[in-house]
Order: sequence, then C-alpha cells, then structure tokens
Amino acid sequence: MKTALAARYVPRFIPLPPLLPALAAAALFGLGVLVHATGLVDELASRWEDITFLSQQHMELVAISGGLAILCGVPFGILLTRPAVRRMAENAMQVLNIGSTIPTLAILALSMSVLGIGERPAIFALWAATLLPIVRNTYTGILEVPRHLIEAATGMGMTPLQILLRVEIPNALYVMFAGIRTALAVNVGTVPLAFLIGGGGLGELIFTGIDLNEPGMMLSGAIPTATLAVLTDLVVALVARFVVSRGVMPGDR
Amino acid sequence: METLRFIGDNASLILYLTVQHISIVGVAVGLAILTGVPIGIAITQNRRVADAVLYVAAIIMTIPSVALFGILMPVLSLTGHGIGYLPAVIAVLLYSQLPIIRNTYTAITNVDPALREAARGMGMRPWQRLWRVEIPLAVPVIMAGVRVAVVINIGITAIAAYIGAGGLGTLISRGISQTDQRQLVAGALAVSLLAIVADYALLWTQRRLTPAGVRA
Amino acid sequence: MITLDNLTKIFNTSMGPVTAADRVCMEVAEGEVCVLLGPSGCGKTTTLKMVNRLIEKTSGKILVGGRDTDTIDAVELRRTMGYVIQQIGLFPNMTVEENIGVVPRMLGWDSQRIRKRAVELLEMMALSPAVFLRRYPRELSGGQQQRVGVARALAADPPVLIMDEPFGAIDPINREVIQDEFLKMQQTLRKTILFVSHDIDEAVKMADKIAIFRGGKLEQFDSPDNVLAHPANSFIADFVGGDRTLKRLRLLKVRDVLNADSPSVRADESLDIAVRRMHEHDQGHIVVTDQDGRPTGCVLLADAVGRHGAAGDHARALPSPVRLDADLRGAVSSMFTHDAEWLPCVDEAGIFRGQITQRGITHRLGDTYRAAAHAAAVPADDGRPVAPQHFRGAAE
Repeated sequence: MKTALAARYVPRFIPLPPLLPALAAAALFGLGVLVHATGLVDELASRWEDITFLSQQHMELVAISGGLAILCGVPFGILLTRPAVRRMAENAMQVLNIGSTIPTLAILALSMSVLGIGERPAIFALWAATLLPIVRNTYTGILEVPRHLIEAATGMGMTPLQILLRVEIPNALYVMFAGIRTALAVNVGTVPLAFLIGGGGLGELIFTGIDLNEPGMMLSGAIPTATLAVLTDLVVALVARFVVSRGVMPGDR
Repeated sequence: METLRFIGDNASLILYLTVQHISIVGVAVGLAILTGVPIGIAITQNRRVADAVLYVAAIIMTIPSVALFGILMPVLSLTGHGIGYLPAVIAVLLYSQLPIIRNTYTAITNVDPALREAARGMGMRPWQRLWRVEIPLAVPVIMAGVRVAVVINIGITAIAAYIGAGGLGTLISRGISQTDQRQLVAGALAVSLLAIVADYALLWTQRRLTPAGVRA
Repeated sequence: MITLDNLTKIFNTSMGPVTAADRVCMEVAEGEVCVLLGPSGCGKTTTLKMVNRLIEKTSGKILVGGRDTDTIDAVELRRTMGYVIQQIGLFPNMTVEENIGVVPRMLGWDSQRIRKRAVELLEMMALSPAVFLRRYPRELSGGQQQRVGVARALAADPPVLIMDEPFGAIDPINREVIQDEFLKMQQTLRKTILFVSHDIDEAVKMADKIAIFRGGKLEQFDSPDNVLAHPANSFIADFVGGDRTLKRLRLLKVRDVLNADSPSVRADESLDIAVRRMHEHDQGHIVVTDQDGRPTGCVLLADAVGRHGAAGDHARALPSPVRLDADLRGAVSSMFTHDAEWLPCVDEAGIFRGQITQRGITHRLGDTYRAAAHAAAVPADDGRPVAPQHFRGAAE
C-alpha cells in the first residue's frame, strides 16, 4: 500500500509542502526589499488607479469567457460520454485535441479576422481557448470512473440519471476541476493578449510599457496579471476542496 | 484568396520566420531537457524535495507568459538583452521545466518496484539500474513531457514576437497593428500548423522510442 | 422463491451468435443459498445477471417470490435485491454510511432511519459504527470493504441477495473468516441467495444447493453432498476433484456420526464396573470421566483384566476430545494425527457425550454410495470405481 502510494505522484491542489510557506515568505521579503530599492513600489502606487480599473476589467473578461466556457464545456463533455453519442465521441475528442494545440495568439488572431476588433472577438477567443481543457477533462474524468461502480449502481437499482448525478459526476469531479483549473490559468494569462485586439484589461499596461520601453509601466501590468493568475488558481483549488468529496481527492493520506 | 496569394508571395519570409520560431523553441526545450531530466531524476530521492520542486515549477507555469516576459525584461536589460532572443529562450526554458521534470519524476517513481528489486537481485549497482532499467522505461513518458513542452512553447514563442524575438508571431503582431487580414491569418495558420505538426512528429518519435515490449 | 424456467441467453457477437445460457431450469427455495459454480465462461454469471436484469434474457421465465420479473420495472426489481460484486464497488465519493444508505435513500427512508440501519448493519458486520460510519472506502482494508459491501446489499432488508464472486478478491485467510461470518449471519437472516463462485471449496462450504454449469448448460443441480458423492458425469467429477469424498467430510458434523451409546466410567468407580461395561458394549476401551462427566482418560480392557481398584488409577491418556458441532474433516485429521481409531466427543460444556470411530465415519460416507448401488444396480457415478475409504483397520 505504501509503495503504491509513493510510486504515484499526484499533483496536489492546495496543501503546500510544509517547508514551502516559510521559504516563500522569506523569498517574498527579500523580493520586497529589492523591489523597494528599485522604486518599483512607488511606480505601482502612482498607477494604482489604472491597475485596479484594468484588473477589474481583466477579471470581468475572465469571468465572462471562463464562465461561459464552464457552462458549455461541462455539459458538452458529459454529453460526449453518453452511450448514444459515444461512437462519435472519439472523433470529437480528436478534433478537440488538435484544437488544443493551436496557440492562443493564433486563436485571437483568427477570431479578430472573423469578428473584427473589440470585446466580443476577445471574449469569443478566450472562450474557445478555455473550452477545450474543460471538455476534455470532463470527458476523460467520467470515462475513467471504473466500470464496476456503474455496474454496482445499476445492480442496486439506480436509474441512468441517478448514476450520472450520484456516481459518475462526483467521482469525476477531481479530474473535472483539474481541467477547469488549467483552463482558467490559461484564460487569465491570455487576457493580456486580448488587449491587442481591443479587449482591454491589464495587457494595456504591459504592451504599452513594452512599446514605450518603460519597464515600470510594463511591470505594473505584469505583476498584477501574475498575481491574479495565482489567485484564480487558489480560488479554484479552494472551491474544489469544498465541492469534491474527500474520498475522491488524491494525496490526502 | 488574398491570404493565399500573400502566402505565395512571401513564402521565403514565412519560411525564414518558421525557422527562427523553431530555433527558439528547439534551443530552449533542448536546454530544458538537459536541466529538467537530471532534476526529475534527482528529486526521486526525496519526496518532500520533489513536492517542493514540482510546486515551484507549477507556480512558474501559472505565471502568464506576457507577465513573465515583462518581468524578465528589466532584469535582463541589466546585461543589455532586455528584448529579443534571450528573454524568449529563457521564458521557454522556464515553461518547459514543469512538464519535463514532472514526467521524468513520475516515470522513474512509477517503475514497478518488483523490477527494481529484480535488478538489485541480479547485482546491478544503483547507476546501472538507473541506466539500464529505469531510464529506458522512462524515456517514452519523458518524451510525452517534451511534447507537451514543445506545443505550449510554440504558442509562447509566438507571443515573444512582441518583445522582438522574431518568429511567426511577427506576422500576427504586424497583422494586428496594420489591420492586415492577410498577414494576420497567414501567421495564425502557420503557427497553428507548426504546433500541430510538431505534436504529431513528437508523438511519432515517442512511439518509436517506446521499447517494443512496453508498447500497449 | 426464485424459479428459472427454460432461461436462455444468446449473445450476438461478431463471431456469430453465442449461447451463454441454454434452457436453464432451477428452483431455489426461500432461505436457501444456491451457488452457481463452473469454469469461466460457463454461463453462471450471465444466468445470475439475468435475475436482476443487468442482462436481458433472450427467452424463458424468471419468477421471484412467485412474480414474473418481466412484469416488474427493472429498476424497481433491482431495489428489492441486494447486489454484491467481486470488485465490491463501494462508491469512493461516499462515506460508509452514505454507501449503505444508497438504496434506502432511493426508497425514501428518512436520514435518521438510514443512520440507525447503517449502525445496526455495521455492528452485525463486527465493524464499530463509531469508527467506520464516517470513513471513506479507500480508508478501509479489502476485508472491511467487502463487509461494507455486504452491509450495503442488506441495507433495505431485501429478501433476495445476488452475489457475483463476492469473496473472490480477498486473500485466503480473510476469505475463510468472512465466509464464516457470512454463514453465521445467514443462519439468522435466512435470505434467499444466488451466489456465483468458481471455487468448489467455497461452494461446498456456503451452499444449500449447487448448480454446476458448463457451456451455458446447467449440468447438475443438487445438494453439495450429492454433487460430491454422485457427480452426474465425468466433467463434474473432474471439476469437483479427485478428493471429493474427503471434501464431503466438511459437510458432516461430528454429531452426524456420533455413537451416543458409548460407555463411560467415573474415575472413582471400580475397575470391575469398567470391565463389565466394556463387555456389555463389546469394545476394548472405556472413557473415564470426573464427577461432572468430563472425560479425563481411558481404560483399556487389556490393562484392566485381572486387576482391581478405582478405574481412575489405571487410566491412560485420552485421545484429544472433539466437539459435537466441529466439522468432520478436523476430527478425521485429528484421528490421523494421534493414530487413534476413535475419539471421545464432548458438548459445549465439555461433558462426555459419546464417541466417533473410523468405522462409523466410513460407514456413514458409504451410505449414499450403497443406497445408489442398491437403487439402480449401476455404479454410483460414471463407471469409475468409487474409491474405497481406507482408514486404518477398524477397531477390534
């Protein structure tokens, strides 16, 4: 039992390895001192209004495109696992897999070439880039639920809907959340690019900073973007902790 | 149609940018293999160190590429290389660490304990075990990590065009700023195609590298 | 209780139709354990799964409690039958309590009643509710999981249990323990149980009736003793094994071959009385007991003749006594171990109740063969000579 557990590395959601928080705190402190010396803090403070405004816009884009992607991706992934469509599901997944190798910048560019400039093409592109990991993980998560659980459930007299809601989805939730987590990380990181096609968000500070060769401006976009990405990740992980049954979460023992 | 003509007219430019793109990804992922695989093997010795290393690598992965470029720029400009090739390569190198380290680590720790035991029983030294049993079995899984790294980083390199690294992203960035549909679509298609082809080529390599006895 | 009438299943595969069950007829009475036995691919599992309609039959009839299962909705039907599978199939996302509560919840029980039932069942399975109710399946050992699996099947107190190799994935030592627990439970619950196994020893131990399948056909349906004593054909004889007569020992209790009319003498009674009783019963030994009737030794006729005094003074060591409810296999093994031709038998209180002899056992095992030979005047099985039971030359 012990060797089997040790042999399989399972990525963890929240729990940091015990020595890490201390290390991270020390590193942060050092970084803080360094940053202060470069005058970056003042730089950030002087742009604070821009930063909060653009962060808000940033997160709005994430919420809309990511929310829509979850709303579409999860049901679609579930649908693909239903016996009626299972024959075509593998082909659909092939297409999705190819789709997921397309770089996000290319998706944005293609979206712009079809829908023009503005928030709508930006949201559409973000939605498309976010959708694939969600569908894929929902699909594989449910397919990975062991056959014998379904058989036991059927033998106990559960209806197909009860099996889906009480056995298949709860046992796939961890994998589904991993997909949502990846997807939202990609989403937050791609939003700055959305600025390029007129989507707004923190990309404005980053790309303008690059263009004007003003590192301070660029960092006041880049640092909040990175922070938001890590925060989003934490939030999803927290929600997963709350929603996913302890009996399904790996690595807790 | 317009786009097709543009592609025909600028074939040599596109080819040049493609080569540039590949060279950034190739050099960086190559370096990433040289660092990531030994790290992945080394951390199999200690579970807590492994957790820590993988966690740090995972955090790097969550930093958006644009933000990472942004953070690298002022640091590297101290050496006079704030924009261009170097930050692109370093960013790609960093982003490649997680898939490669994680797959190496997982592959080595997943080697059946019975095999390890058998190898020890036959009198192999730890190094011999590593070279003759563990690494050969791990190669396909490591390759899968390399594949993931390459695909991710073809996309990231495209973004690096904005910090002057060149590559196919140049077409897209110019297309956007000049609202030139032809360049935009040509660039997007080229970079997508490159990612898809690289994915399949590496998948093929991965299968070839899988020992016949292990293939499913 | 469960009647299968010409039950047939034909699978249409890419290789053409395959008959997995071929006109199977059998009847399992209420409260009986029927083990479906046979090599893999013999149709036993298909037959089992047709009963709770996990597999739809091609033709034939299944009656449960007198009702044709075709007239009941499949989902409803399954909720009236407990189902246990080899992989156990506890839902990892649910605690032990929730797992046990799955069917009751679907039947609309309130949560208090479900909790009460879960506690009751865990206690019956010898798992402390305080410890286990809130655990998740992965926090349990294999044996514990299997007990919870059985508890879950029993949750809504269904009259029928369907079990598909339920103990197949458990290590041999734990399997014995769980089988014993299960049998003990069955003695009070009296469920009607269909039970698939590929292990003849398990079948002999658990079954009231054994159904042996081959190639989709029911080859023999009989009590374990009859299956062992009179295999219907050479396939079954091979399947149950060359040592089938020894396996029958397991089915018999010491009580079944007890000679209750065995003399004993109290230690303080005189040797003359002992000798007289030996003569009366025409045997060469007598058990010596204490005041309460517990055996303490024995006196041999050869030692006693021409001597005097209390019986206790001339007693020799006693072959180890066996309990009346012990199975005969252990008793015979003990006879061989101690090179004894007879063993004294005691009840729960340790009081002497009689003796068993090698000759008595041989006779009892041979009964069924003789009866068959007399009745049919043909060999008991497929013409193979029935192996004579060679115990060391019987007493006297």
